[in-house]
Amino acid sequence: MTGVSTLPPLAAYALALGDDALILVQRLGEWVSCAPQMEEDVALANIGLDLLGQARTLLTYAGAVEGGGRDEDDLAYLRDDRDFRNVQLVEIPNGDFAVTMARQLIFSAYQYELYTALLVSADPTLAGLAGKAVKEVDYHRDHATQWVLRLGDGTELSRARMQAGLDQVWPYADELFDPADATGLLPGVAADPAALRPAWERYVGPVLDEATLRRPEPRWRSRGGRDGLHTEHLGHLLAEMQHLHRSHPGASW
Amino acid sequence: MSQSARHSTRGWPLWEVFVRSRRGLSHQHVGSLHAPDAAMALRNARDVYTRRGEGVSIWVVPSSAIVASSPDEKDPFFDPALDKVYRHPTFYDVPEGAKHL
Repeated sequence: MTGVSTLPPLAAYALALGDDALILVQRLGEWVSCAPQMEEDVALANIGLDLLGQARTLLTYAGAVEGGGRDEDDLAYLRDDRDFRNVQLVEIPNGDFAVTMARQLIFSAYQYELYTALLVSADPTLAGLAGKAVKEVDYHRDHATQWVLRLGDGTELSRARMQAGLDQVWPYADELFDPADATGLLPGVAADPAALRPAWERYVGPVLDEATLRRPEPRWRSRGGRDGLHTEHLGHLLAEMQHLHRSHPGASW
Repeated sequence: MSQSARHSTRGWPLWEVFVRSRRGLSHQHVGSLHAPDAAMALRNARDVYTRRGEGVSIWVVPSSAIVASSPDEKDPFFDPALDKVYRHPTFYDVPEGAKHL
């Protein structure tokens, strides 16, 4: 198995974005049958399936650009944690519903700006994906916003728990906007992560204000996911996600 | 009204969902769901009932706002219609060649 560090920049970029979506799908899937209401099971599964579609396109494309014959399944199921390029935000455990909604707000607002920027990418595959995905993510962002507003500006208990969820997730937000090696090598094709931040702030800031939530001021921040440095949680997530495929290669139904 | 009276035992009130499948048709009742308020009910309806492109418009109505006829009133409500044949347009000859009737 070749390492990821040797990938061509475009393949590395597609892989990083695809891994973000893929790992978050696995986390969202954990909510199915456990969400506060059945309606929310369906909503989170729908959001997950949108992300899975994005992940499949991106991983397939990464494999094709790499040119080594790896398909989406090889990339999803046969890499170890150090070869995953997702930010740590998407791999952290779900926590309670407030933690999940805080993470979903931060990530969906980021993805919305990302795909908006990629609409004008010089790469037709990325631009095509962005055209479809930006509408999906618009809904994901709205769904998370609705919940953050209701829980934040809700009862004393819901506000305290929403604030706690936000505090827990916020240290992982900066990493979304870190410069990555691949993006610098792909002018006109990739979106500069740092350039996405102002628009992200303009969306998330007012939502927190309206939800009467305090913007956290964490004393640490995550880093390194794009270089394959992950939390202890990713290995456990992959064990569950990859087990079937590794035990029964090529299994289908 | 107290909180507990307004909400179902599961915590959230029930909503009836109406979907218009395309322009020109009227909204059809498709089912019901739980949601904390109207805005979330619309979003839940979108997720539960229009995942496969079923609709162009959704209405949600609090189930408590619906006034329904009672099964006990079935006879006075509906039986008198059965023997009024003149209410049905069965006494007209349809001209040959008339389409779209």
